[in-house]
Amino acid sequence: MTTSASRDARVRPATDTSGGPGPAPLTRLRRELRAVHALVHRDLLRLSSQRTHTALMLVQPVLYLFILGGGLAALIPDSALGVGYQAYLFPGMLMMTVQTPAVMVGIRLITDRQSGYLRELLMAPVRRSTLLLGSCAGGTVVAAVQGAVLLSLAGAVGLPYDPVLLALLLAGMLLASFAITALSLALAVGLGRPEVFQLLLGLVMMPLLFLSGGFFPLHALPGWAQALAAVNPLAYGVDLLRRSIELQVPGHGAAAGIEWFGLQPPLPLEAGVLLATGALALLWAAHRFGRPE
Amino acid sequence: MQPSAGDDALTQTPLPATVPTGPDAAVPTDPDTAGPAPGKGYAISTRGLVKSYPGPDGTATHAVRGLDLDVRSGETFAFLGPNGAGKSTTIALLCALARPTAGRATVAGADVVSQPARVRRQVGMLFQHSALDMDLTAEQNLRIHARLYGMSRRHSRRRTHETLEAVGLTDRRRSPVRTLSGGMRRRLELARGLLHAPRILFLDEPTTGLDPHARAQVWEHLRDLRDRHGTTLFITTHYLEEAENCDRLAIIDRGRLVAQGTPAALKDAIGDDRVVLRTGDDRAACHVVRRTAPPGTGTALDAEGVRLRVPDGSSWIPRLCAALQAHGIPVRAASATPPTLDDVFFHHTGRSIHTPRPPAQPAATRSADATATRKPAPAGQDRPAAKAEGRR
Repeated sequence: MTTSASRDARVRPATDTSGGPGPAPLTRLRRELRAVHALVHRDLLRLSSQRTHTALMLVQPVLYLFILGGGLAALIPDSALGVGYQAYLFPGMLMMTVQTPAVMVGIRLITDRQSGYLRELLMAPVRRSTLLLGSCAGGTVVAAVQGAVLLSLAGAVGLPYDPVLLALLLAGMLLASFAITALSLALAVGLGRPEVFQLLLGLVMMPLLFLSGGFFPLHALPGWAQALAAVNPLAYGVDLLRRSIELQVPGHGAAAGIEWFGLQPPLPLEAGVLLATGALALLWAAHRFGRPE
Repeated sequence: MQPSAGDDALTQTPLPATVPTGPDAAVPTDPDTAGPAPGKGYAISTRGLVKSYPGPDGTATHAVRGLDLDVRSGETFAFLGPNGAGKSTTIALLCALARPTAGRATVAGADVVSQPARVRRQVGMLFQHSALDMDLTAEQNLRIHARLYGMSRRHSRRRTHETLEAVGLTDRRRSPVRTLSGGMRRRLELARGLLHAPRILFLDEPTTGLDPHARAQVWEHLRDLRDRHGTTLFITTHYLEEAENCDRLAIIDRGRLVAQGTPAALKDAIGDDRVVLRTGDDRAACHVVRRTAPPGTGTALDAEGVRLRVPDGSSWIPRLCAALQAHGIPVRAASATPPTLDDVFFHHTGRSIHTPRPPAQPAATRSADATATRKPAPAGQDRPAAKAEGRR
C-alpha cells in the first residue's frame, strides 16, 4: 500500500502540468467545482422528488417539540431552566432535524456503492476527493434546508423572526450538519453494508441526542456523562444554537451547556471545534476513499 | 511480477500477429511499470496488463494475467469470454477505475495510470449492472452526468436533449427512472454514456437481461454510432452472435487472451468443418470413418453420433457415406457445419463458452498454477487433457 501511495504522490503533479491539450489550472478547478455542484444538485433534486420522505423526516421533531415539549412544560417550572421548556427544547429539535438527513449521506454512499451508481460517479474525470466533497456539501445543504423548514416554527416557541437571529441559527445548523455529514461519510467509507451502518446508528444516535443537552441541561448529568457530552458533536451544535439565541434575545437562552474542566468555552471556539471535526473527518474519509482499488 | 503470459497467448494464436513490436519501445514514463510501451495510434493498447487481488492466506487471485490488446480507432471490438474470465476487470483497468498490478495501457492516447482524468474525459461507459439514480427522472440523470463531466449549463441542456432524442426517449424525459422498462433504462444509459461525446465507448455486457426486441434496438443504436460518429466501441459479451457482429474480437479465458482477430479470420484459422454422422452402428462406423478420413483427423464418438473435423466437410459426406454403405452400415443422418465462434473458443480453451468453468481449485494449487503460467507451457501438453475434460 505504501508503494502505491508514494507512486500516487509522484504521479499527481505530472497530471496537473501535462493534463493534455491545455486545461489551464482555472479550468481544472472549475471542472472540479462543477462536479461538486452536480452532486449538490442531485441531492436537492432528490429532496424535491421525495416530498413525502422529507415531510416524514420533519414529523418527528415537530411531535417532540409540541407533544413532549407541551407535556413537560406543564411539569417543569420556567425557573428551573431559565426559559419555558418548549423554548428550551427548540435548539435540540433543530439539531435533531439537521442530524437525520446529514447521517443519511453515509448510508447513501453505501447504497450507491451497492447499486453501482458510485461507479458512474467514479468514472467522472474528477478527483475522488472531489466526489466526496460533493457528497458532503450535498448532505450539508439538504440538512440545512430541512433545518430551515423547522426554523420557520420559531414563533411558536416565542422566538422573534429576527433576520440576524435566523441567520445565526442557520449558520449554526450548517456548521453542525457539515460536521455530522463528514463524520457519517468517514464511517461509511470503511463499511460495506448499509445494515451494519444502520445498526450502528440505532445504537449510537439515541445516546448522542440525550447527551446533546437538547432535552435537559448537561449539568444535570453525572460527571462521566458530562465528559462524554464534551466529545459529542451534537452537544456543540445544540450549545451553539442555544447561545446564539441568548446572544440575540437575552434572557431567552438557558443554563450553560458544555464545560471544559468547569469552564465554558467561548462561542467561536465551539464553532471551531465543529469545523475542525468536520474537516478532519472529511480529510480522513477522502484519504480512504481516494485510494484506487 | 513480469508479465509473460501475454507472450504465451501470442505464440498460441494461430493468426498472423497483429501486434506491432519493436520501434515503439519508447522511453517508459513510469519506471515502476517499465516494459514494452503500448502501440501508438490505437484507440486502446495494452502490454502485459496484469491485475491481481490479494486473496486469503497470502495467495493472490489473478483476474487478468498479462493482456496484450490493440483496438483500432473507429472499430467495434468484442471482448468475448465466459463469466469470470476477467472481462469486467479489464474494463475497469482501461477506464482507470482500477490500478493495474503490472503492465501498461493507453486509452485514447492517455496512460491509464498517470493520466486517469484524461482517459475518463474521452471514454464513456455502459456498466454491466444498471447504474442510474432510480428516484430521478431520465433528464435529471443526464443533467447530473453532464455537470460531473464539467459541461456548462447550456451545453448540458443541449446535449441532454440531443442524446435523449437519439435513443428515442424524449417523450419519457420527465419520467422517474424507476418507472422505465429495462430496455428503456439501457437506452438511457447509452444516452448518458454518449453525453460527453466520448471517443471510445465501453459496454460491459450491454444486452444481458434484455428481451430480443430491446437487444436489437440497442444494437441498432450502436451500429448507428459507429457509422455516423466513428466512435470506437469496446463490447464485452458472452453472446457469440453479438461477437459475430463486430469488426474484430478477442477471446479471453481465465484472465488470458487466447486469440484475437476478425470473426472470419478466427474461424478460418480453425478451417475444419464439423461433420456429424448418425448411423445404425456408431461404434463400427467410427472405425470405418477413421480409415476413410485423412490421417490425423480428430474423430470422436458420443451420444450425437460420430463426429470429426475435416476441411471442406460437405464434400466429405458422400465419400464417408459410400464407405459406410460398403461396410453395410446404414447412415441415418449426416451434417457438415462450418466452424462457429464457439468452435473457435473450444479450439483455444478446450471448453465450450457455455460450459461452466471447472470447479475452483483449492487456493494452494491455484497459486501454483499462477506461477506455472510464467513459464509458457508447451501447447500440446495440457490442451488434450483440457479438451477431454470439456467433452466429458
